[in-house]
Amino acid sequence: MPSVTTFVKKVHSGEINVVEHTAKVLQEAKKLNREYHYYNTICEPLAKQQARAIKKNPKGRLAGVPVSVKDAICVQGVESTAGSKILKGYKPLFDATVIQRLKKEGAIIIGKTAQDAFGFGSFSTNVGLDMKAPINPLDPTRACGGSSGGSAGITQLTQYPHLSLGESTGGSIAAPASFCGIPALCPTYGKISRYGLMDYANSLDKIGPMGKTIEDIALLLEIIAGHDPKDSTSLTSKTESYSKSLTKADHHIGIIKETLGKGTDPKIKDMVLNTIDESEIKHASVSLPLTQKYGVSTYFLLAMAEASTNLAKYCGMRYGKHETLKGSFNEYFSKVRSHNLNEESKRRIMIGTFARMAGYRDAFYLKATKIRTKIIEEYKKLFKTYDVLASPTMPIIAPTFKEIEKLTPLQHYMMDTMTVGPNLAGLPHMNVTIGEKDGMPVGLLLIADHEQESTLLKAAKVIENVE
Amino acid sequence: MKIDESMLKHVAEVARLKLTEAEIKKFLPELKEVLDTFSKISEVDTKNTTSSYQPVPLKNALREDKPKQCLTQEQALSLTTHKKEGYFKGPKAV
Repeated sequence: MPSVTTFVKKVHSGEINVVEHTAKVLQEAKKLNREYHYYNTICEPLAKQQARAIKKNPKGRLAGVPVSVKDAICVQGVESTAGSKILKGYKPLFDATVIQRLKKEGAIIIGKTAQDAFGFGSFSTNVGLDMKAPINPLDPTRACGGSSGGSAGITQLTQYPHLSLGESTGGSIAAPASFCGIPALCPTYGKISRYGLMDYANSLDKIGPMGKTIEDIALLLEIIAGHDPKDSTSLTSKTESYSKSLTKADHHIGIIKETLGKGTDPKIKDMVLNTIDESEIKHASVSLPLTQKYGVSTYFLLAMAEASTNLAKYCGMRYGKHETLKGSFNEYFSKVRSHNLNEESKRRIMIGTFARMAGYRDAFYLKATKIRTKIIEEYKKLFKTYDVLASPTMPIIAPTFKEIEKLTPLQHYMMDTMTVGPNLAGLPHMNVTIGEKDGMPVGLLLIADHEQESTLLKAAKVIENVE
Repeated sequence: MKIDESMLKHVAEVARLKLTEAEIKKFLPELKEVLDTFSKISEVDTKNTTSSYQPVPLKNALREDKPKQCLTQEQALSLTTHKKEGYFKGPKAV
């Protein structure tokens, strides 16, 4: 299959008929969707309209490239639900900044991908009421991972060049990438505009690129990254030419020892250590004791506290699901929310509300904000010596749906133990597939210092080349 | 962590959620387990530590105070069925 860059060259030269190609991509998307449930919405009219426009004027760095978009990212005129029934029928009046940038470069939006409602999950099984969970492209008994599961699944399975947008709050890009066997990058907090992203937790949310190759995601990153005045948390630093800087460089990797102990599949541990050994990158064992011991609790307290306020706006008044106006404001809001939010959304809103309540706020929410400072310091100390840190992306291969059903909420949260650290610290990180166990992909997580996406991509390229 | 049924119902009310009896029965032990585990963060010494509300330092993002095009009233109301005479219509307040 050609890389995105090669495909775009053929579109520019007229060798590929974009209208015909897009029709084939849409046909495949619909067929796969019946079996695998990767899309909540396939936006056929928009895709065909874009394809006709590109055929007339074949310009842009993504001319004619099919892109799938996580449902939490607003696309004008296309139903965008963040995977929740409470937003059924919501068709945004505007494009998210990332969508504006994609369209400007000629990308073709194929559809909105399945996810855990509002990003609340690690397996894409906490989908909204009446929605279907996406199925792993490599084994139909297993989950895609979450919460950007639909994006990862379609990117792996499609036979055409393809890019996808995911979103991570605590691991929602890296986890599904690991379980589906694709490269994907979660950028530094603020590197990619959040304007038009339906919030899970404002201080943690990041949109990021997913693709079939590291070159593809480097290209997508350089297109969607960069300052946006519409997002007050957007970084003002310049964007680099990531796709042109994938050259070999000398790195020093620190392997996080706490991620290789009890709880991590021994085979995955061996694969991570062997791959780094064989890469010939200079490496050493390092420790992140505070992050590994308290990261999950700190992350979920902050994320749920923020989510509980962010989701207050979903009340059946201005957009999304409506019910008959009856009773007082509180009765009406409670009715709409109780009927249309799924179980995990209610659970997280409840825990987050509790963590912010008078009498508990200091012990939970404020305490977590201070531990977050210490976690950031713990990473920063290591980055004085090491360019990149490494661990398994997930402690296990993609679990089966039956295995997931047996997990308690707490066991479910604990699955994010490798990924919550870099998300809390806002550090860029990415998944690289390093092999298989029982026929399922195993991912290695690379983490770099703030705004060192270039270093991350270079290291990933070296790791990817290990045979 | 002391969280009982009356506390759970209070939290739900604050969060504008009306839980069924089955949900209360399911959530109560789950939330107890989760909050017991999360409460272990009290072990960390944070006496001289400041809070991080963002992972990277941010400055105030200001812009010139100039009017820009925004949604029309018609557009803003286009996504709701609850509207009357150019306004959102809500439930009865009194």
